[in-house]
Amino acid sequence: MKPQDPPTLITSTVLEAVDKDENQTTGLPWLATWNSVYALVLGCFAVWVGLLYVLSIVFL
Amino acid sequence: MSTLDFVILIGTMVGIAVYGVWRTRGRRNLSTYLKGDQTLQWAGIGISVMATQASAITFISTPGQGYESGLGFVQNYFGMPLALVLISAVFLPMYRRLGVYTAYEFLGRRFNAQTRILGAALFLLQRGMAAGITIYAPAIILSTVLGWRLDLTIILSGLVVIFYTVLGGSEAVSLTQKYQMAVIFFGMITAFIILLVKLPVNLTDALTVAGGYQKLEAVDFSLDIHKRYTFWSGLLGGFFLSLSYFGTDQSQVQRYISGASLRESRLGLMFNAVLKIPMQFFILLLGALVFVFYQFEQPPVFFNETTWKPGVRETAGEQLGSVEQQYAAIHQEKRSLIYAWLKAKNTGDHRAEMEIRSQAIAALERSHAVREEGKAALLAADPAIRTNDSDYVFITFVLHYLPHGMIGLLIAVFFAAALSSKAAELNALGSTTTVDFYRHIVKKEATDAHYVTASKWFTFFWGLIALAFALFANLVENLIQAINIVGSIFYGVVLALFITAFFLRWVGGKAIFWAALAAQALVFLLYFSLSISYLWYNLIGCAVCVLFSLILQSVFRSENTLKKEFPSA
Repeated sequence: MKPQDPPTLITSTVLEAVDKDENQTTGLPWLATWNSVYALVLGCFAVWVGLLYVLSIVFL
Repeated sequence: MSTLDFVILIGTMVGIAVYGVWRTRGRRNLSTYLKGDQTLQWAGIGISVMATQASAITFISTPGQGYESGLGFVQNYFGMPLALVLISAVFLPMYRRLGVYTAYEFLGRRFNAQTRILGAALFLLQRGMAAGITIYAPAIILSTVLGWRLDLTIILSGLVVIFYTVLGGSEAVSLTQKYQMAVIFFGMITAFIILLVKLPVNLTDALTVAGGYQKLEAVDFSLDIHKRYTFWSGLLGGFFLSLSYFGTDQSQVQRYISGASLRESRLGLMFNAVLKIPMQFFILLLGALVFVFYQFEQPPVFFNETTWKPGVRETAGEQLGSVEQQYAAIHQEKRSLIYAWLKAKNTGDHRAEMEIRSQAIAALERSHAVREEGKAALLAADPAIRTNDSDYVFITFVLHYLPHGMIGLLIAVFFAAALSSKAAELNALGSTTTVDFYRHIVKKEATDAHYVTASKWFTFFWGLIALAFALFANLVENLIQAINIVGSIFYGVVLALFITAFFLRWVGGKAIFWAALAAQALVFLLYFSLSISYLWYNLIGCAVCVLFSLILQSVFRSENTLKKEFPSA
């Protein structure tokens, strides 16, 4: 028999566990933390916008 | 289409579907049916998320958008990387830690059972109504152009997607999406290469022509709110739209929570955060280059030729015949001017280049005027005709200029895109109905096999609903807009539920539930009493719901507001 949804609560324990997940390493070379991955993603976004802007003005 | 095209089209579509079912046969466990076997790596998740978002319209209509308006539409995706970073950092760890099947199950754990049911009901209502569109929209275009029966096109493509989604569940959806995206990428890149080969000028000259006709203006930093696409509207509007779509819509949440680990799911989202903008740019550029191609090759006056040709033959023959002659004459003149323009540019004669370019632009404006004259004549002959033909630009190019075999592959691209997004939607509708309603309310104690069977039936049911909507879609005038209006009316409140859940941790279930109901009622009231763009209801619904929840929370002080612990669902 499948038990009913476990009465899991979002307790401080769960929130702490989520924070611990947050601190897990990425396993990527040169990008050890998730913040560095996010910075790279936002950096890529800035590069795309820059390249698109250059394309817009070069062939105007 | 030749026999070879049909073999490639049917072989690709049916082959992928059968392979998906065969590989996932025998799944009798609810977790594996709804979330797969949780071995999906980041690339698989990334492709699945991308395939769910990219519908057939992305590959049929977006090149048409590039042809008509240039690259500016890419700015609509500028808010997406930021939203995906936020989801990866805040939403995803919570979903995975709680092991939820649906995003709405999280609302139950965070707030209470009523809020969970409200969130799930709003999703089913909105997504269920839109269910037919992902089949109908490409079917109407393809059946018109290829001369197929619309109802049969809808039924056959609908049955294929129902077949493998019902039998294989989430894993089959992810697996088939991988191969469907491979077909899509291969087909679009090959079409791009063929287009470059067929262009009578080199890429630099082609970009010069596109730029001269303002088709390469990709980024606009102006603060003019009347402009349709700007950097700022894309960043702000795109951020909220992406946050609600990727963070709270079960058709997306189900894709990325099925990863092997939090790391894989996060990297899958980051894959999209990095690649979505260049992908959309590439599709729009394809459209802009098709525009350049048609500056050298005579384009049809009206790209929906199945509407134009009967008009020429029957209703407005004389007038449309004259329009065709004028259009062809202007095209010849324009083509000569463009060759002269490029010659002046390549010999470094800047003054002549600017002068001839102005003449070429003036010639294009005259050809636009003649085209409008033709559309007006069509409309006068039959007021029911739709004069927007941009959806037919790319398919017309494919059918007229691609070799046999490639035509079949490109039609397979459009169908693969339709099936991949439809499958994820059906999967999400079936999962939400099973987990948030059936298992939560109707039958709380049953075996896994029972829930898997129930989930299959619910998925099948939503598949039939989607087919019915698609078959009767033409009875509703401007259906896509109607669906967008419905979406905008509900999306704001759904987003507010999640924003409050994640960021306003002191707000309790009672406050947010009543705030959501009140905000939704207010949005309905405003919709029927104001005449503002429906997109504003996303923002109004979200802001009002959050504000009401804060006010009500201060009223319901007796509730435990510290939220160290939340009531169970």
